[in-house]
Amino acid sequence: MSEPRSSRIRWHVLVFLAPAVIVYTAVMIFPLFNTLRLALFTEIEQQRVFVGLQNFKTLFGDAIWSEQFWNALGNNFWFFFIHMIVQNPIGVLLAAILSHPRLRFAHLYRSAIFIPTILSFVIVGFAWKLILSPIWGIAPSMLDAVGLKSLYAPWLGKEEYALTTLALVSVWQFVGIPMMLIYAALLSIPEEILEAGECDGITGMSAFWKIKLPLILPSIGIISILTFVGNFNAFDLIYAAQGALAGPDFSTDILGTFLYRTFFGFQLQLGDPHMGSAIATAMFVIILIGVCIYLFGIQTRLRRYQF
Amino acid sequence: MNKARRSPLNTAAAHAILLTYTLIALFPVFVIVINSFKTRKAIFREPLALPSSETFSTIGYETVFKQGDFFLYFQNSMIVTVCSLFFILLFGAMAAFALAEYRFKGNTLMGLYLALGIMIPIRIGTVAILEMMVATGLVNTLMALILVYTAQGLPLAVFILSEFMKQVSDDLKNAGRIDGLSEYTIFFRLVVPLVRPAMATVAVFNMIPIWNDLWFPLILAPAEATKTLTLGSQVFIGQFVTDWNAVLSALSMAILPVMILYVIFSRQLIRGITSGAVK
Repeated sequence: MSEPRSSRIRWHVLVFLAPAVIVYTAVMIFPLFNTLRLALFTEIEQQRVFVGLQNFKTLFGDAIWSEQFWNALGNNFWFFFIHMIVQNPIGVLLAAILSHPRLRFAHLYRSAIFIPTILSFVIVGFAWKLILSPIWGIAPSMLDAVGLKSLYAPWLGKEEYALTTLALVSVWQFVGIPMMLIYAALLSIPEEILEAGECDGITGMSAFWKIKLPLILPSIGIISILTFVGNFNAFDLIYAAQGALAGPDFSTDILGTFLYRTFFGFQLQLGDPHMGSAIATAMFVIILIGVCIYLFGIQTRLRRYQF
Repeated sequence: MNKARRSPLNTAAAHAILLTYTLIALFPVFVIVINSFKTRKAIFREPLALPSSETFSTIGYETVFKQGDFFLYFQNSMIVTVCSLFFILLFGAMAAFALAEYRFKGNTLMGLYLALGIMIPIRIGTVAILEMMVATGLVNTLMALILVYTAQGLPLAVFILSEFMKQVSDDLKNAGRIDGLSEYTIFFRLVVPLVRPAMATVAVFNMIPIWNDLWFPLILAPAEATKTLTLGSQVFIGQFVTDWNAVLSALSMAILPVMILYVIFSRQLIRGITSGAVK
């Protein structure tokens, strides 16, 4: 922080800041608030008319809209719930094993397990669609090989399983991220603490539960909020696997696909940017609430340990 | 090191779990790629067998090359990704330098303002972004995508890079000032080379989401001439959904470039994730 004392305008500071601030403001912040503003308008005879909260009244009050909205929101929470109860434990387990000192091939496993994360949703969605398809028969024949053929069902085509299946596919894709973050957190635990625990007779599994797990809780908190934000604007996987109608019978519809259909239009449905803005506003509020709960409710309570 | 952590039984169990999960992670990719080289009959008869001399066929790839303009899609994805990364790094580093180096009114506020975008996804503003792109005539241009991805990448880039720029020694910069270097020269000649590893991390972080994004290409640039590889393969697969050879080949071709990038950058990526998390 060394500055020549001068009262002149320091142009170079402006020049350094301007491009980033202009692009960020023009393409991100301004459209964000403009979307919130557009939610208060509607189009009547090709004129944009201010209608106040009418769009939200329609969204929550009109049976056709509200049913879709609550369906999408409920599905979205289920999608997030599956992520939390499957992705985090698997991530912690893999990271805990990988962080064993002197485990051979650790970097090989790590790189391989991370591969699904780098693939696009389109690839992941279609690949799993083909594998689970009853036409191709990979999934049923593999279940047959272990004698569990009776368990097979065309999961993606059944209303009661489709959403859970897609959530699990998404977990399969993203488990690399929690694994890496927790792995890094585990490596940063100093050996002295574990040794101190050993002196007190805390070893093996109990060392994990009593010493390591509390120390990686902040990482699990970060992963949870990242997953939350990611899930509540997810779209690509559902779109790639089930199309914009999020079939069967909207059972896999989440807020992202609902927003896409509403604002962009699909097949017979015409696009309505104003109702779309209303849904986007609802998503914004939900994400904001989630982030605030994390920042003020969870993060401040999880003490961060500095070594 | 206690005994429990060393015992061979535990090690075997650890390898068994990791191996199982590795198989789960790689199995779908493996099945897609091997079947893309088989005849239609063989795909259905023995989906798990490797292609043999009898069942080998590249008919799927021939369809893909005949019907889809994959080179154009690939080129579009390349242009969008490389240009976005360039602007994210250039603008991000400049802003990070300004925030880390100079004391001015509103410094903290500006930092917070730029950090807002880390948690709030840019997709929420899609309706207004589309409207703006229509008004400025940028719909169906690669420029629209580049602008959106630059805006999306900037917040995290500024945040990470300014952390690193604070560590660059003041003496070095002051020595430069005494030698009469301008602030711009100090930034480009002295500071940027020193934070190059951090810039590489930022680039790798941004590369994969930009390359894989489906939402913005679908909405802002769905025209044939501007399709990215992700959108192009999505549309192609949707059209050829009953031609299994073509679908499997298209999927394999979409996997290939990402895998090459991953092999090149995986160390950088993994180091980036792990070092970022320790902070």
